[in-house]
Amino acid sequence: MLLIDAWQFIVAHPGRFLNALGTHVALSAAALTLAVAIALPVGIWISGTRRAAMAAITTANIGRTLPSLAVLALVMPVLGTGFAPSLFALTLLAMPPILLNTYTAIQQVEPDVVDAARGMGMTRAEIMRKVELPLAAPVIFAGIRTAAVQVVSGAVLAAYIGGGGLGDFITAGIAMMALPQLLVGAIPATLLSIGTDQLFGWLQRTMIPRGLA
Amino acid sequence: MKWLLNNWDQVFEALGQHIVIVLTSLAIAFAISLIVGIWAARHEGVFRAAIAVTGILYTVPTLAFLALLIPIVGLGRANAIICMVAFSLMIMIRNVAVGIRGVPAEVVDAGRGMGMTGFDVLTRIELPLAAPVIVAGLRIASVTVISVAVVAAYVNAGGLGTLIFNGISNDHAPKIWTGALTACALAVAADLSLARLEHWLRRRAA
Amino acid sequence: MIDIVDLVKQFPGTVRPAVDRLTLSIPDGEVCVLIGPSGCGKTTTMRIINRMIEADAGIVRVGGRDIMQVDTVTLRRRIGYVIQHVGLFPHWTIAENVATVPRLLGWTEARTEARTDELLVMVGMDPSTYRDRFPRELSGGQKQRVGFARALAADPPLMLMDEPFGAIDPITRGRLQDEFLKILRALRKTIVFVTHDIDEAIKMGDRIAILKDGALLQYDTPERVLAEPANSFVSAFVGADRALKRLSPIACATVAVPFAGAAPAQSIDGTASLRDALALMLETGEDVLGVRSGDQWTGVVTLATIRARTVSHRPHESAPPISAP
Repeated sequence: MLLIDAWQFIVAHPGRFLNALGTHVALSAAALTLAVAIALPVGIWISGTRRAAMAAITTANIGRTLPSLAVLALVMPVLGTGFAPSLFALTLLAMPPILLNTYTAIQQVEPDVVDAARGMGMTRAEIMRKVELPLAAPVIFAGIRTAAVQVVSGAVLAAYIGGGGLGDFITAGIAMMALPQLLVGAIPATLLSIGTDQLFGWLQRTMIPRGLA
Repeated sequence: MKWLLNNWDQVFEALGQHIVIVLTSLAIAFAISLIVGIWAARHEGVFRAAIAVTGILYTVPTLAFLALLIPIVGLGRANAIICMVAFSLMIMIRNVAVGIRGVPAEVVDAGRGMGMTGFDVLTRIELPLAAPVIVAGLRIASVTVISVAVVAAYVNAGGLGTLIFNGISNDHAPKIWTGALTACALAVAADLSLARLEHWLRRRAA
Repeated sequence: MIDIVDLVKQFPGTVRPAVDRLTLSIPDGEVCVLIGPSGCGKTTTMRIINRMIEADAGIVRVGGRDIMQVDTVTLRRRIGYVIQHVGLFPHWTIAENVATVPRLLGWTEARTEARTDELLVMVGMDPSTYRDRFPRELSGGQKQRVGFARALAADPPLMLMDEPFGAIDPITRGRLQDEFLKILRALRKTIVFVTHDIDEAIKMGDRIAILKDGALLQYDTPERVLAEPANSFVSAFVGADRALKRLSPIACATVAVPFAGAAPAQSIDGTASLRDALALMLETGEDVLGVRSGDQWTGVVTLATIRARTVSHRPHESAPPISAP
């Protein structure tokens, strides 16, 4: 049975498997962290300005539609192969949903609430910190969740540009028509991706401010 | 650039293959999703099950999905199309169901009250009013399957991905550029035109 | 407390100014109502006072100081701000909402908590029940009470209120108007109150400013606005029943005169308005009503008294006489 063969492959090559898994997780975590570190502040910043917002939103919308493999491939002639170029490409792929969700979430905070906050004498920073961000948090986090799944899925493709990860088993399996090896890559990658979505979904539920549930 | 001009026939062939599998999958998915989506819109239990299942399946990585299909259908276009139809169904069933459920109850009620048959209500009221949401789903599905089709070249489905993979294994940068940029252009073009359509439908339905 | 001099504001892309050389002064402790049709500039004027909108020209002084010389944040923390849809922070409890400005000003926790409880009691909400509730659990009227408490929290000398009861049902509205007015008078606050409802203006205002197209048409006590409208627009705006409106604020007990002789056939409670008295007189055909306080007779009110209070020096323009056939 294929599944048993796949399992035996892992047992026979534990180092290789854990290495690939570790690289996959490291790549994903790093890309997501970088994407949040860049896109979240930018999303907050553009929510206040009109023109910068239009440019950023348009770019993010285009970025959102680009095929993941195309983005990874475009990085290669410029940055070469390996972990760093893959990280770069995956970070680029993760930024649009975070940016778009952050911007939209802040725009959608009830105008009356922001008006009251302003009228009561909160500074711009206080309004953002105490009112807009807490109220926008659920939607912002939904964006981070989308980005997380995108990154974990995209990291599978990083195998093509030498980034390592579980995709290596899939590509090797297809090249050699070795089905057990293929499953060693495909099933854990699928479980990892679904698991990430569930994890962030759970985190998202805990992010809803009391009072809004 | 030079390479492109010398080999545009290759590019065209790849682009053609790409578009064919994309349109085929979308057509199949659209037909199935209309039927299943309408059914899900009418029955709460089906709706919730559909949302739950599609929610999970949508997170499966593209290459993993294609790979998991290999033991079942082998390599080739069939593999790619099944994967693409699956992803599209996930999005479109949800959007058809949500779109139809989003039609205000009073409007449906008015139609029925005026003596429309169930079929009339569906075709003259519900589907037209749900159209913007359905097209929004079609838009996301299109962008998704264009992306899948790029990867599907690796399972011998043809398409723009072949240029990319060839370029990577032969270390031939112009091929990579051409394949990748054409795929991006295709995705952006599809997104923009469907966005226009969605926008137009929204104004009409409002 | 507030001096507005030649205030001008025109929004880009509009044909005429929203506020057109407005000049008006509001003494300490008074309730000034800004009223007029949509687009007359009342809300714009109010929002210029706390610099939510910046004027194009003119001077506004609050407490003697030009508002342009004061930092906006400092200015706003010294002004109570109440808006129609309240704008309570949904992610904060009632107590946290009320404590907003004190916290911004750096009050101690103890002082803030004591003040919050004091205010909740003042607006008629039991602190132990409501402190830890969230806005979504409250009715419209309760939300506005909290909004009011929140605006009063740092004890500002000036309050700006923009149609605070506009989104509330008529019965609750009447009750809130009475309660808030009582609180504001007890605290001797200066109030700028915006409304489009003339009855509310008459009830709440010490003076009413009638605005149209950004200009001030009349600025007077409610009584004088009703008795002597400055022009036909004001006259039409306050309503054709202005004579009757003048009777509404007057309680029978305050104009009752002692009587001698037989007790009148009909009587009315002393707290009822003269308008109600007139209605009763018309209903019963009587010219004299006894005025009661509990079981006691305190006097009578007569049709003549009512007439004296409704005669106007600026009567409605009469239609030309119909010529005889």
